[in-house]
Amino acid sequence: MQQDLEVDGVSKRYGSHTAVDALSLAVAHGSFFSILGPSGCGKTTLLRIIAGFLEPDAGEVRIGGHSMRNVAPNRRPVNMVFQHLALFPMMSVGENVGYGLSRRGVAREEIARRVDAMLKRVGLPGANGKRIDQLSGGQKQRVAIARSLVLEPTLLLLDEPLGALDLKLREHMKIELKQLQADFGTTFVYITHDQSEALVLSDRVAVMSAGRFEQVGTPQELYYQPATAFVAGFVGANNRVAGKATRVVGETVDLATVDGLAIRARANGAIAAGDDVEAFVRPEVVALARDARDLPPEAQQFGGRVASLLFDGANSAVLVREAATGAEIRIALPQTGRFSDLRVDETVVFGFDPLRAVCFGAAGDVRR
Amino acid sequence: MSAAETTSKAAPRARLALLLLLAPALVWLVGLIILPHVELAVLSLRTRVAPRVYEIGLDQYRTFIDEPLYWHTFVRTAVMSILATLCTLLIAFPTAWYIAKIARGRAKSLLFVLCLIPFWVSETVRTLGWMILLRESGVLPRLLVDLGITATPVEMLYHDATILVGLVYTSLLFMVVPLVGALESLDDSLIEAAYDLGGNGWSILREIVVPHAAPGIVAGSIVVFMLTIGNYLTPTLLGGKNSLWFTEQIYAQFITRFNWEQGAAFGFLLLILSTAIVWLGLALSRQNFGDVMRRS
Repeated sequence: MQQDLEVDGVSKRYGSHTAVDALSLAVAHGSFFSILGPSGCGKTTLLRIIAGFLEPDAGEVRIGGHSMRNVAPNRRPVNMVFQHLALFPMMSVGENVGYGLSRRGVAREEIARRVDAMLKRVGLPGANGKRIDQLSGGQKQRVAIARSLVLEPTLLLLDEPLGALDLKLREHMKIELKQLQADFGTTFVYITHDQSEALVLSDRVAVMSAGRFEQVGTPQELYYQPATAFVAGFVGANNRVAGKATRVVGETVDLATVDGLAIRARANGAIAAGDDVEAFVRPEVVALARDARDLPPEAQQFGGRVASLLFDGANSAVLVREAATGAEIRIALPQTGRFSDLRVDETVVFGFDPLRAVCFGAAGDVRR
Repeated sequence: MSAAETTSKAAPRARLALLLLLAPALVWLVGLIILPHVELAVLSLRTRVAPRVYEIGLDQYRTFIDEPLYWHTFVRTAVMSILATLCTLLIAFPTAWYIAKIARGRAKSLLFVLCLIPFWVSETVRTLGWMILLRESGVLPRLLVDLGITATPVEMLYHDATILVGLVYTSLLFMVVPLVGALESLDDSLIEAAYDLGGNGWSILREIVVPHAAPGIVAGSIVVFMLTIGNYLTPTLLGGKNSLWFTEQIYAQFITRFNWEQGAAFGFLLLILSTAIVWLGLALSRQNFGDVMRRS
């Protein structure tokens, strides 16, 4: 498969701080690729290197198979949708979308024709004459994307374009963005700190931390087979249990926290008894019951009291304080409404399949 | 006491308070701007036919048209002022760009202070400084001789270019300040976006930066133009007898020739001229006066 973007050993340093540390990645033609990381992890630096606004200290960027060394941003087959969209307020919607074409010297009638067609495709037919400040947040978003896509770039870079929108609109724009990408078939490289955006939108996601990729994979891989403790903690909700490994049996590890909570989890990487370890248990992996007999037989069982109820429709959860150690565990409530009558301070039992919890050596992952 | 009576008593009191609050502004407006101008208008419309005998008429304005020196000076002042404004804009724009977009932290405030420092000295002293530098026996002509560029010292004063240099120097700050304001409010990502979409330096300047900064540019230009066209000291000192600045004509009529009627007419003509040019400038740049003044 053709790779639209190849990044090969790219590094960028600011003084003693390494913003991007020898990163390599490849993005296949027509795919939606996200770079997910907390703020300050270097993702924006990486994006600006790809766009050409920054020159890497080492390594190479290839777009559509061509090296981008010494190619200025205005000569790269790449366009960018900026964080605050950066629509030109001094121009109409039509002039914004036609800007890139007129810079390329396309004839006036041809520009008008292509701008009309593009605005129709993004669902804003006839908006040419409108001023930017007459548009809603979602419409601005679409104009920003249209302004880039009208140039038919090999690659579209998006720098957290949904960050400034309110929650409801953001949910809506997520779906719209995915449909636009599917419609146009252009390769998207999307930067975000919002794991839900990355999971919903992407074909593949790179999780970035401190200038390096922790894991690159499909959203499902990141969620179900996190490669590092960072990914397990960052992608999706997770209960983190830190302690010492007490026993290693086959592929499972027994670990105990300082407070004495003992759990069993699947080992990821080489772990020996006595190591500092971190285990992660997803809220939906933990089964909740009022009676121990209702728990699945393979689960380890714990007792506790309900500390608080976190009702959020389909995403409802409950915080349970384990009876012996007081450790707080977040448990997702089944969507059947079976526990809708649950009360704070009620005594419950819970348990989970050890093979669905994952344990990492806290000394850092083996790959480093 | 009924409610209606309370309001009817409160209303005049509120009006009185408003009037008192407005009083300083009104005194300033009426006493220092409107009254003198009415007086000047009346003065400019009368002709002395005999000692202490005056007639109403447009004679003063007719003199202006009939005497070529007067309207030559008038047109020359306008053209030179426009030229000075353009030169100031050309020099101030890169300066303002550097202060607004490139300089950071201390360097930024330092550059602002550098622009301000010349104003700590009075205009007279500043202009005399230029004279020391530029006169025939001054610093610069001697330097040119020492460097072997000219054989004998050249008189650098009393040229039009000298007047322009002095005017631009005096006006720079008044252009830099509104420009820095206008450029600082320009989001850098707009420039990057334009660059990303294929724009180059020149096209971005023309299509993004200048349209955004237009109110600031116009505001600065109006202020500089007004200061320049009404300037008396700089053209007189640096241009000498050749300066032919219209304010000198007004001065001469009022003070030297004691012809207040003629001076008043000239004053009015200058007011009309500057208003017309500012209006023309606004119309050409499609800016709104209110917007522009709010920006400056």
